[in-house]
Amino acid sequence: MMHGFANPKRFLTLASWLTPLLLAAGLVLSGGALWWGLTQVSPDRLMGETVRILFLHVPAAWLGMGGWTAIAISSLVYLVWRHPLAALAARAAAVPGLVFTLICLVTGSIWGRPTWGTWWVWDGRLTSMLVLAFLYAAYIALAQAAAREGVSARIPAIFGLVGAINIPIINRSVVWWNSLHQPPSITMGNSAIDGEYLAPLLVAVVGFSLIFGGIVLARMRALLADIQAEARLRRRASEAV
Amino acid sequence: MREALDQWDFVLAAYAVGVVGTLAIIAWAWVDMKRAERRRAESRRK
Repeated sequence: MMHGFANPKRFLTLASWLTPLLLAAGLVLSGGALWWGLTQVSPDRLMGETVRILFLHVPAAWLGMGGWTAIAISSLVYLVWRHPLAALAARAAAVPGLVFTLICLVTGSIWGRPTWGTWWVWDGRLTSMLVLAFLYAAYIALAQAAAREGVSARIPAIFGLVGAINIPIINRSVVWWNSLHQPPSITMGNSAIDGEYLAPLLVAVVGFSLIFGGIVLARMRALLADIQAEARLRRRASEAV
Repeated sequence: MREALDQWDFVLAAYAVGVVGTLAIIAWAWVDMKRAERRRAESRRK
């Protein structure tokens, strides 16, 4: 199945209707979840009204880490099977991954001020998330340089795989080191979050994930169209000589 | 002395950052996709 969708023509047929569908469904779900979180849930006993930041901060953190996981998986597929679309998928996930990582860092900092009394602490969770933002920026620069210079996409793919080491570090940081950040609230099959907050949170995570998927497809279509236009213009130029 | 912080100011600031950031990346990805696909269509016609 994967090899079938690696065909650019088949991919474009699928992506042409899937891109607006994912974006529209994502906007409806995430918009609804944010409205739910902002107006319908009651203030938390400890965090008060600021608990509402949860519905933005957690999906952004999930997508920051999910974006790099997508880069690592796509890079592995590219290195093993040499699918050019896999390299495009990795490049396409980088900018939205960076944006959601930055949203996570900024909303977390805004949340930290009234709950911890500080905008920032250099603890394991915050620092490893900041490292993730730097990794995204480096990956974007590397992938753009590789595409511009016409060199193999192997170097950014290897960087994408090596950078994935940071993902389990982010995930386990609140367990390994003392932190102001709370320990994991949602684990496999278990949740420490009250149902009143969990339901809109899950809707927000699904909604923002659909948006992320739509953005990745749009980026893949843009990168693919640029490559095809470039190749056609170059062919014309060589024929004219 | 304890600071008087209005928690809603922080909530609204966080929502503004998240919503504006999300809408901006969607708009940029969509406009850039349309630009690239128009460029490909023009390269076919030339």
